[in-house]
Amino acid sequence: MSVIFLKGLAVLGFIAVSAMFSIWLERKISAWIQNRMGPMMTGFHGTLQPVADTIKLLLKEDIVPKGVDFLSWWLAPFFVTVPVVMAFLVIPFSSKWIALDLNVGVLYVCSVTSICVLGIFMAGWGSNNKYSLLGGMRSAAQIISYEVPLLLSVLLVVMQSGTMSMQGIVAAQEHGWFILKPHLTLAFLIYFISATAEVNRVPFDIPEAESELVAGYHTEYSGMKFAMFFVAEYTNMFIISAIATTLFLGGWQGPFLPGLVWFLLKSYGLVAFLMWMRWTLPRVRMDQMMSFAWKVLTPMALLNLLISGWFMVK
Amino acid sequence: MIPNYYYIIIFLFLGIAFVGSAFAVSFLFRPKAPSEAKNSPYECGEIIQGDSRIQFNVRYYLFALIFVIFDVEILFTMPWAVVFRQLGQVAFFEMAAFILVLGLGLYYAWKKGALQWQ
Repeated sequence: MSVIFLKGLAVLGFIAVSAMFSIWLERKISAWIQNRMGPMMTGFHGTLQPVADTIKLLLKEDIVPKGVDFLSWWLAPFFVTVPVVMAFLVIPFSSKWIALDLNVGVLYVCSVTSICVLGIFMAGWGSNNKYSLLGGMRSAAQIISYEVPLLLSVLLVVMQSGTMSMQGIVAAQEHGWFILKPHLTLAFLIYFISATAEVNRVPFDIPEAESELVAGYHTEYSGMKFAMFFVAEYTNMFIISAIATTLFLGGWQGPFLPGLVWFLLKSYGLVAFLMWMRWTLPRVRMDQMMSFAWKVLTPMALLNLLISGWFMVK
Repeated sequence: MIPNYYYIIIFLFLGIAFVGSAFAVSFLFRPKAPSEAKNSPYECGEIIQGDSRIQFNVRYYLFALIFVIFDVEILFTMPWAVVFRQLGQVAFFEMAAFILVLGLGLYYAWKKGALQWQ
C-alpha cells in the first residue's frame, strides 16, 4: 500500500522534471535548427529557464473570461493531466522499475490516454471563445480518427507476443526487437504517425495552429491552468515514445548499460525525433489529415492485421 | 494483498492531488485584479461578435460515429489477439470474416462520401 504510494510520488516527480527537461530540449533543438542560441541566461546554457518559467506561471493571475461554462472550464485541466499520471502506472522503465505490471497493460494505457480528448474538448467548449471551440472540435475529430490505426497497430504487437502485459511484451523481444520484423516495421510506422497526431504535434497540429487559431483549445487559459495543459502535452509526448519503445524497440533491453538508462535513451530519442519533425515539416490541411487517417492508415493497418495474422497461424 | 484495480484508483487520486495542489499553491501567490476588458474572451482585441457556441459542421459527428464502430471492433479483437495462436486457423478465419465485414462497412462509408471533408 505505502509502496505504491511512494511509486506514485516518484512518478509525479518524474513528470515534473521530464516536462521541464522536454521544454528546455525543445527550445534548444528549435534554436539549433534555426541557427540561434536559444535560452542562455538562466543557469548553464539556460538549464534553469524552465524553473523560472514555472515560477512565472505560478505567480500569474488566473483570468476567468466572461461566459465560461464553469464546470467544464474548471474540470478540463484535470481531465487532461490526471490520465497522464495514471498512464505511468504500467510503463516499464526497467525490469524492476514499474509501478504495477497489469495483465491488461497495453489496453489500460491506450484507454487511459484517450481520456485526454475529453479534457481538450471540454476546454474548447467551456472557454466561450470561437478559436477554442474550433480547436477543441478539430482536436476531438483528429484524435478519435487516429485512435483507430494506432490501436490496430498495437493489436499486431499483442498478436505477436501473445500477452497484453507490458513486461511480457518486453520479454517477448529478448531475441530481436519487434521493429526488425517486416510486418511490425509497418505497424511501428503506422503507430508513430498516429501517435504524432494523437498528441497534436506537427505536422498534425491543426487543433492549435497558431496562424489561424491563436492557441486553439487553451487560448483562454492562463497561469497554472495553462501550465497543466503544457505539462500534459509534453508528458504525453514522453508517454507515446515510451509506449513505442516498449512495444517495438525492445523496451529497457540493451547491452552494457542498465535497463533504466536504455529505456530513457530510446524514449527521449523518439521525443527528440518528434521535436525535429516539428521544426522541419509544414502543417497539413484538415481534409488531408482526415482522409489520410481513414483512407490510407486504417485500410493499411487492417490489411496488415489480416495478412500477418495469416502468416502467424499458417 | 489488495487487488490490482485499487492501485489504479490510488494513481487516480494522486493525479487529482497533483493538479489540485498546483492550483492551491498558485491561489496563494497570484494577484487578483479582474477588469471588464481583461475578462472578455479573446477575439484579436475586437469587441466580440455574437455567441461562440453555435451549430457546428455535421462532419465531425459522422467521423465520431464511424470511430465508435471501429473502437468497439478493436475491443472485441483484443482478447482474440492474446490467444489466437493457441486457437489456430479456425479462430483466425472467424476473426477475418468479422474484420472483412467491417472493412466492407468502411468501403460503404467511403463510397457514400462520409469520409469526404468539405
